[in-house]
Amino acid sequence: MQIWLDELRGSVGWIGDLPAGFVYTIGIVVVCKIILVYASLLAGETVWLERRISGRMQARIGPNRVGPQGLLQFLADGVKLLSKEDIIPKTADKPIFLLAPIIVFVGAFAAFAVIPFGHGLAAADMNVGLFVVLSLTSIEVVGIIMAGWASNSKWAVLGAMREVAQMISYELPLGISALGVVILAGTMNLGDIADQQQGGFWNWYVFRGPFAFASFFIFFTAALAALKRAPFDLPEAESELVAGFHTEYTGFRFAVFFLAEYSAMILFAMLTAVLFLGGWSPGFPIDFDSGWGRWAGVLVLFLKTIFLLSVMIWIRWSLPRFRIDRVMYLCYKVLLPLSIFCVVGLAVQVLIAIAGIGTDSAFGAWLGGM
Amino acid sequence: MSLAFLPDLSGLIPELIFYGLAAMTVLAAIGAAVAPKIVHAAFGLMAAFFGVAGLYAMLGADFVAFSQIIVYVGGILVLLVFGVLLTARTEASLGLERPLRRAFALTTGAVLFFVLAIAIDSTTFPAATEASEPLPTTSAIGHAFLDPEKMLIPFEVASVLLLAALIGAAYLARRRRSS
Repeated sequence: MQIWLDELRGSVGWIGDLPAGFVYTIGIVVVCKIILVYASLLAGETVWLERRISGRMQARIGPNRVGPQGLLQFLADGVKLLSKEDIIPKTADKPIFLLAPIIVFVGAFAAFAVIPFGHGLAAADMNVGLFVVLSLTSIEVVGIIMAGWASNSKWAVLGAMREVAQMISYELPLGISALGVVILAGTMNLGDIADQQQGGFWNWYVFRGPFAFASFFIFFTAALAALKRAPFDLPEAESELVAGFHTEYTGFRFAVFFLAEYSAMILFAMLTAVLFLGGWSPGFPIDFDSGWGRWAGVLVLFLKTIFLLSVMIWIRWSLPRFRIDRVMYLCYKVLLPLSIFCVVGLAVQVLIAIAGIGTDSAFGAWLGGM
Repeated sequence: MSLAFLPDLSGLIPELIFYGLAAMTVLAAIGAAVAPKIVHAAFGLMAAFFGVAGLYAMLGADFVAFSQIIVYVGGILVLLVFGVLLTARTEASLGLERPLRRAFALTTGAVLFFVLAIAIDSTTFPAATEASEPLPTTSAIGHAFLDPEKMLIPFEVASVLLLAALIGAAYLARRRRSS
């Protein structure tokens, strides 16, 4: 981001006159705001998308009154939730009860800082980008356990405990299957990972051999579980736990949980697109350094994100909920061994590509992730 | 239009961030130590972990900073709170109202404090170089882990220790067959 700000200081006269630290501080705040607004708007529209798709799947219409096709429904919902009474249970642990939504929100939103929205368009272009996303999303668990504990309600505690058990478990296959991409790419910088998949669609990491292909499905399944989406939505199973960890929350605090959930969905959809589906590559080579190419890339990544979100919604409304022991069985006895197998397989594949075939040939470079 | 009269705070900002993080770490650690409710203590600990992670990040150790978050906040702290949740919701005291235990706790704390203070005092830290671009640390750490002359043996020994802990946990938690 410093590069853009330096460019700005060079090209616009009066900005160049300002002290450097001042420009950087304001620049960081402005970029954070842009990302926050983008993610919040997209989260609001994802709620609309979910309600429309579920309506279609259940042979009804869904919200279509506010704005064209109901696109502004999220604004109406937001106003409604704002005007509701903010209830804090008498027996709740007040400071933690109030802090919990903030922590969950921070966990879901902070990771957007390292997500590249297009070629060279990441707010923080970090070397450990992938690792940052995985570590910051684990903060969410802390917020959820705070919410569950502070509510002093059996449903909330049970929901939070399920959530924690599930998220801690599924972080393993999630991280290990993402490690496969790191082996192929040789970097954890998300922008570089996406840039290495440019050219034809066969360069996308999902298509680089059987192990990468399997890793993609393991990653997506583990992401669904980490996002507590159906069929893994036991933490908030409405038929048994009312609403899980946010049972006692009302009004805008409830809305914050909802917003965090949907923005975490967007985060993982973007991450999956960047890691496995070529990021901003449309499937054929285009020049991303030119002005229009960069924005075309942003659009391509956006469309891929919407596609993955639709798949998540489609899965949610098609599959019934798992039983808790089946959820754990799937994680520890199916996905975890499979993901370790895929990582070892990918390591061997890269080794063969480098030592056996040589990365000078086109096939060797393709196999080796270069 | 010139706005150059604004004070240049570029040099001051890192210091402000550092003191902010240091204050957060220390205050949160004190909070964790004196909080009457054990769950509050755990969440105080979380804030302290975040402060430490921030300090690592300021030192240019990005990988270590985020390891701190993923391991301590995402793993250890969550397990700690999970353990508290599984036990009864009591205002669990640490048994410190008994004078003998209090004396033990104070002695241990004081000894640890002096050992750490002496160790820190006698270490010469490499002087901070001129603020430069943080170098990528991940690949350097990776190479160090796999280099037999550097960290390979400690790394493998640590993994054996973890394996032993894993087997021990599985042994303790296994369902005993009623024969």
